[in-house]
Parts: sequence; C-alpha cells; structure tokens
Amino acid sequence: MTPADAAAKIAVEFPSAIKDQTPFRGELTLRLEADALRNVCQFAKDRLAFDYLIDISAVDHFGDEPRFEVVYELSSISHHAHLRLKISVSEDACEAPTVSDIWPTADWHEREVYDLMGIRFANHPDLRRILMWEGYPYHPLRKDFPLEGKPTDAPGIAFSEVAPLAGGPFVTVPTTGTTQVREPRARHAGDAVHPPQFIEEP
Amino acid sequence: MSEQSPMAYDSKIEGNIIFTRVDAAINWMRSNSLWPMPMGLACCAIELMATGAARFDISRFGAEVMRFSPRQSDVMIVAGTVTYKMALSVKRIWDQMPEPKWCIAMGACASSGGMYRSYAVLQGIDHLIPVDVYISGCPPRPEALLDGLMKLQQKIMTEPALKDQKKALFEKV
Repeated sequence: MTPADAAAKIAVEFPSAIKDQTPFRGELTLRLEADALRNVCQFAKDRLAFDYLIDISAVDHFGDEPRFEVVYELSSISHHAHLRLKISVSEDACEAPTVSDIWPTADWHEREVYDLMGIRFANHPDLRRILMWEGYPYHPLRKDFPLEGKPTDAPGIAFSEVAPLAGGPFVTVPTTGTTQVREPRARHAGDAVHPPQFIEEP
Repeated sequence: MSEQSPMAYDSKIEGNIIFTRVDAAINWMRSNSLWPMPMGLACCAIELMATGAARFDISRFGAEVMRFSPRQSDVMIVAGTVTYKMALSVKRIWDQMPEPKWCIAMGACASSGGMYRSYAVLQGIDHLIPVDVYISGCPPRPEALLDGLMKLQQKIMTEPALKDQKKALFEKV
C-alpha cells in the first residue's frame, strides 16, 4: 500500500476530513481538519497499518492566522509507507487533540511540543514540561521569543539570564546569490523572511 | 633539583631526611594527589575520559582517582555545556566539596558558554563558582587538560597552605 492508497482510503472513510494533499519528492502530506485528526489517526493505525508514529513537531507561522501548525509523521513498517498529517492551531485556542492513547510514543512528543511551542494537548494524561524546568514561564521555540532568552528565576530550581549576542542572531539567507549575498546578518522576529536586499545580486 | 623546586633535597648528603617548610610539604602533597570530581556534562567528558585512559594516563599527575562523591573530591573538572537546568545542581555539588577545593573549567562551554549563545545555557560556570584554570578548546585535547592540571598544580604550590587556612592550629603547634 502506497501513501496515495492510504490517502484515498482516508478520503473515502472521512469525506470532509482532508483539506488538501501535497505530494513532494515521494512524500505525501495531508492537511486535515483538526476535529477529524483523532478519527483519522485511529483509522490509519488500525486499518491502514500505520503502526509507528515517528515524530510530532510544530511550526510557528508568526504573524499569520492560524498561527501554529502541528505535524504528525506516520510510518507503516509492514508497508514501508510514510504519511505526513498536518493540522492548524489558532493562537487563541492554542490546543490540539492528543493522540497519546493511539500511539503511546506521542506522550513525550506532545510534551515537547507543549514545552517549546506552548500548544496544549486536550486529554493528554501528563502534560508537563519535558526539556525546560517546571516553573519556566516561556515557550522558547516561538518566533517571538528572543534567542538570547529572558531573565527568569525559580528559586532553588533554576534561573536564566540574557545571553550576550553582540547584535545577533546572525542568520544566513537561502538564496542562489553569491557568498556576499548569503553572508550571515542579524535578523529578528518580525523581519521579512527574505529581505529583498539580501536576495538580489549586488 | 632545579631552582624552582619547592624543596632542596640531595640524597647523597641528606639521605632519607628532607628539610622544607610545612606549607611547601602540604602543597606538594595536595598538588600531587588531586582527586577530581568529574562533572562531565557534554562532549568534553569524552576527552576527560580519554585523559584518564591508558594513552594519556592522568595518573602520571596523581589525579586519577575520579571521585563521584563531592565529599571526597579536591578539584571539580567542569567538562561540558552547563545548561540553566543543570547549573544549580553543579553549584550544589561544588558547595558539598570540602575545602581546600579548586575548579577547572574545561572547554569553551564551561568557560564562557561557547557556541551556545542561547536561552538555555549558562554563559560560563564562573557565574556561579570560582574558577582556577580555564582550558580553551572545543573540546580540548587530553594534552590541554593535562596542561591545565599542571597549571593548577603550579598554582597550588604558590598558595599559603597552612598559614591562612589553619592559622589557629598552626600557632598551637
């Protein structure tokens, strides 16, 4: 069974679940309605043999609406198939359904997403931070969180200070331009993603 | 013996008797039996292990007795990236070490945060505990760690061991 077959079966079973499909370099991405995610995941595991959840990640489209995107990487060991599911999460709700009862491995993946991106997972059995310490007030992988950090203090547990960045962070820009064009420059959240002066040839 | 030597000792003249100052003798004993607290936090710990292994053999300098109890340690070798989550634990272990104690910041991360200019990493262990020797490198080679250890031994040899630390006892004796 190929990913396309799986997508077709999902489309038959849940006619309104799939918003669009994107094939790219042999990988298939399904953008789903958030309400349908749990049913699709259960179906994919039980009926389509997607028995392995590789990873859950989240993307912060800072400035867009809906702001967040949660990405599920599914794999079927018996069919050698890979399928990617995406749902959108708005900043106001900031909540996604848990799949930790479908794939137990999702437990820690969802804790990581919650810790670093601040997206809560409804009905998660144990939604605590997993990398940062309990009591840390921020979600550091959000685009509006500065790389140098913010000062915090949880007495007796941990503290944090602002790191000296000397004007940075310095980031290269993906472009076909020369090294001079691509060279790392200070960029901050809210800047245009590809400022035109960095893209054009000198 | 060379002129820098803390003890003038000539076996032909003096036989088994050594004349020296108490300070120098104590410093000599301390500096040649430094028991490290291996605070291995990242890849520097691999080089620390290599330093302890056969090829580089840290026991040539009397520092092979890695102690995993801070109460038996003399020198804390902070080998690796100190995250804020770990920082207060390192401080607590340092506080549990008995005096006299020394600290080696091994590698760029322990010395200054290194390449981790980030929200998660303490920008140098010297924000929390006093450091005697900083070792550059990412990670430093075992030779660099041994050089740092020898620098620390030289530093210990110049410290007034008894005069300041056990003044009352010294006067009583």
